Amino acid sequence: MIDLLQVRNISRRFSRVWNRNLVVYRKIWLVNFLVPLLEPLLYLTAFGVGLSALIGQVPYEGKELPYVVFIAPALLSITMMYNAFFENTYASFVRMYYQKTFDAMMATPLSLEDIIAGEIVWGATKSVIATAIMLLVVSLFGLIEYPQGLLILPLSFLGGLAFGATGMVFTGIVPSIDMFNLPIFLLITPMFLFSGTFFPIDTLPDWAQSISHVLPLTHLVNLCRGLALGELHAGMILSVIYLLLLTVIVFPIALVVMRRRLIK
Amino acid sequence: MADTVPIIDAKNLRKVFNGTTAVDGLSFQLFPGECLGLLGPNGAGKTSTIRMVYAFSPMNGGSLKVFGIDIKTGWREIKARIGVCQQENNLDPDLSVLQNLELFARYYDITKKDAKDRARQLLQFIALEHRSEDKVTSLSGGMMRRLVLARALINNPEMLVLDEPTTGLDPQSRHQVWERLELLRANGLSILLTTHYMDEAYRLCDRLIIMDHGKILVEGEPVDLIRRYAGEQVVEIVNPGPEVREFIQTSGYMHDMLDHRIILYGREDDNLFELIGEKFCTEGCIKRMATLEDVFLRLTGRELRE
Repeated sequence: MIDLLQVRNISRRFSRVWNRNLVVYRKIWLVNFLVPLLEPLLYLTAFGVGLSALIGQVPYEGKELPYVVFIAPALLSITMMYNAFFENTYASFVRMYYQKTFDAMMATPLSLEDIIAGEIVWGATKSVIATAIMLLVVSLFGLIEYPQGLLILPLSFLGGLAFGATGMVFTGIVPSIDMFNLPIFLLITPMFLFSGTFFPIDTLPDWAQSISHVLPLTHLVNLCRGLALGELHAGMILSVIYLLLLTVIVFPIALVVMRRRLIK
Repeated sequence: MADTVPIIDAKNLRKVFNGTTAVDGLSFQLFPGECLGLLGPNGAGKTSTIRMVYAFSPMNGGSLKVFGIDIKTGWREIKARIGVCQQENNLDPDLSVLQNLELFARYYDITKKDAKDRARQLLQFIALEHRSEDKVTSLSGGMMRRLVLARALINNPEMLVLDEPTTGLDPQSRHQVWERLELLRANGLSILLTTHYMDEAYRLCDRLIIMDHGKILVEGEPVDLIRRYAGEQVVEIVNPGPEVREFIQTSGYMHDMLDHRIILYGREDDNLFELIGEKFCTEGCIKRMATLEDVFLRLTGRELRE
């Protein structure tokens, strides 16, 4: 039976679950910081030094942008997606399935919904932390316009919620941890490539553009790029609505599938 | 005890998994300060029952009150007032021994300072204070079990639910756990436990329920159950011949006829051993006290449950 009012079982105690993950994260904070610190340097070297000599300028919204300026916001968006999605798939699955952490928590006053909400908000938090570090690095290269660029931080939370909740839905339904390869191959990798990340969408044929507009990462990149360039436009409102709607729809589905999986 | 509010008041509990009835109309009560044991073969419905009691599994029928509160509406309050040791050692492997207790306390809304104090006390109680900074994965099975017990006590519970608390432990570790449970019991903590070990049930429990196929078979104090279903004295006859089989079948004594063994149950003054020993004990007879294991096997049968 699906109880769509499961959301009511969420209490402020979800923050305790979030806190547990934060404590574990802080234990190896250096390792956790290193990836978002070094990853943009790798990309910017490869694309900025290597590729941009070949590409030169990229046409975007009627302007010509240097290639590194074009891809820097995409790198940030991909980081948001990866951090939240991987946290709420592999890492949450390990806690749920192998470590039985959720089982132990469910013997306390926490509800299943508190636990799942805590996990998803934690996934979004990881997205914010990684984005903040990366933002610092790319800002040093002068690739972000301020103060608009600061809005990338709240955006990374929203993007984290949307991708984390989506990941949690898969965690609720996959039979084994290896099965995460499927949504990664079918959803995450195509988004990584075709969401206006490394080339503008309008270079694609029409049918491919339509598909691209359905992908959540397209909207995240659109928002992030607008903020990074300091040029806000009307299309960004639609993208915000898209991500909000996605979160509001996927989050309760995550609760339902996790309840089906864990409550016996 | 009739006028006290029971800690657990379960009426007609039912639990169905995919069409299979695991708990089939179970009614029982746990009274304050009592230790109640649920015994039964694998699949009898013990774990399903206690999972309903600690609001882990929703029930499919019946009514369940804990501390007089309906579990359907008051599950969060109930869970805040009980401590649970689940069957698996689901300690948090990402955290240290001390953190396992401190962070668990936070799930109960215990303040950071109180959590720290309480965690230190409990580590002392389970004699693990010297391991407080270690990873839980470095602990032995017995230490982990004690830590699970300590974790279940972090919120000063009014009732403890234990699902097979000593399964898989060596004898030393089992006795370590038992001693602590006895201390808690002596302090008036109410306990509901399941176990496969009859010596554990006999030692810890005031009252037992033996169940099978989701239903109660018998209920009572350990000593009474033994007297009622296995007598006082037991004689086991190894490789009995046809004469002794016939003799026992016609004698009217309580007995179990197995392939290579007859088990005879009698009173202290039946002098069974003397009666049988002189005539029939060619291959060997064993005289011993009746135990809870006799009761259990007599009531639930000797077939394997897999």
